[in-house]
Amino acid sequence: MSTPSKYPVWMLINGKPLECEVDPRMLLSDFLRDVAGLTGTHIGCEHGVCGACTVLVDGDSVRSCLMLAATANGAAVQTVEDMGTPEELSPLQEAFRTHHGLQCGFCTPGMLATCVDAIQKYPLQTDHDIRDALSGNLCRCTGYEGIVDAVRTCVRSRDLLRAAGQSDTSVEGAKP
Amino acid sequence: MKPAPFEYACPDSLEEALALLSSNEDAKLMSGGQSLLPMMNFRVVRPQLVIDISKLVELSYVREVEAGGLLIGALTRHRVLETSPVVEKRFPIVCEAMRHVAHLAIRNRGTIGGSLSHADPAAELPMLTLLLDATMVIHSVRGVRRVAANEFFVGALTTSMQEDEVLAEIELPGLAQGTIGAFEEVNRRPGDFALAAAGVLLEVHDGVVANAKLAMMGLGETPLRSPVAEELLRNQAITNTLVDKVVEAVRAEVTPRQDLHASSEFRRHLAGVVVERALKAAWSRKALVGNSEATT
Repeated sequence: MSTPSKYPVWMLINGKPLECEVDPRMLLSDFLRDVAGLTGTHIGCEHGVCGACTVLVDGDSVRSCLMLAATANGAAVQTVEDMGTPEELSPLQEAFRTHHGLQCGFCTPGMLATCVDAIQKYPLQTDHDIRDALSGNLCRCTGYEGIVDAVRTCVRSRDLLRAAGQSDTSVEGAKP
Repeated sequence: MKPAPFEYACPDSLEEALALLSSNEDAKLMSGGQSLLPMMNFRVVRPQLVIDISKLVELSYVREVEAGGLLIGALTRHRVLETSPVVEKRFPIVCEAMRHVAHLAIRNRGTIGGSLSHADPAAELPMLTLLLDATMVIHSVRGVRRVAANEFFVGALTTSMQEDEVLAEIELPGLAQGTIGAFEEVNRRPGDFALAAAGVLLEVHDGVVANAKLAMMGLGETPLRSPVAEELLRNQAITNTLVDKVVEAVRAEVTPRQDLHASSEFRRHLAGVVVERALKAAWSRKALVGNSEATT
């Protein structure tokens, strides 16, 4: 088989436009790491089971190993690099730190993307609901307790903000 | 890069997609890619051409039709079905079951047409279409044909669609007045494929089940309906004795496969468990029916 033709893509990655040609078989996860140079997105199982590579595509959490870079043409992608800075963590990241929601940190970027989306979309009023929302992301160090605590804290802040009639996007660090 | 090399096309219209599909021997359609890409990453599937239909937004819709029915475009994402107010109103059992489909990130991308075409025997959507007597609207360059759900799933990961055909729309006929329903699933972890699951719809009039539909998944090569159980339930009020009878009938009927996750015997046991739970959960919603008002 001849070498497949390259496919032109344009993406807005963490607010910055990026235009280039990709191999059709390039996964979004590899594109983010190897082309965009954003190695905060971690690659675990590469078949959609571990959740480590989860990023936000047009605001929705997506497994970047289960999306072609070509399919993401025209999309706005947000990775962990755009959620906070080491000096100024996002509220969700701060909650992870406070509650020891990470140890080795490998699963954390995917966890954060999943939590941002879940906190926006679901009530998450019980620990059972929080655990259900986290169930697609594997962590091999924390035993999840600290992560659940962190999410619970953010859900409470969100509910307070909602009760006060304010937008809650600032809670998770997602860009509206 | 995990998948083997392939050519990529991203057509702007269904017609263009159909033409590409019919003129290429070894092409695969991709909508959400949530089933296809894992298989391509494992190189279990190595198509020469991937036809990415994810941009065909005209195939993403939920339309109300007469008599309580719905037309659902094949590119409607799981997350849309999960949260659609009109689906919740007309087919609450669909919203109930959608929450069991994998995880939020998968539901954000996966589509109803992709899941049905993939035809995993332990997936929720194939079983729901069988339970709801759905009709699949299938397009190809040769024309349009309609296939009933019970003739669509022919084996594990196998449908009655031809290589050049695309599932474009799903028709759900409206439920009878006074219908209540429930969906119950058992899996090892939330979001995993079901070890066993059951959906029931009971059409209740004057405290009696006038008609029943019962479907199961994870228990055979395709999702299954149980005519025997449906007959047992007809013209009866649900009692513990009747539930026991139905459970016994269902267990006698299924011949689940043994695999890494569960023995055949355990799955047969679970078939009874999910059927019992679903019947009792549905019946507990009987009060919602009132005097033959449509609710599920």
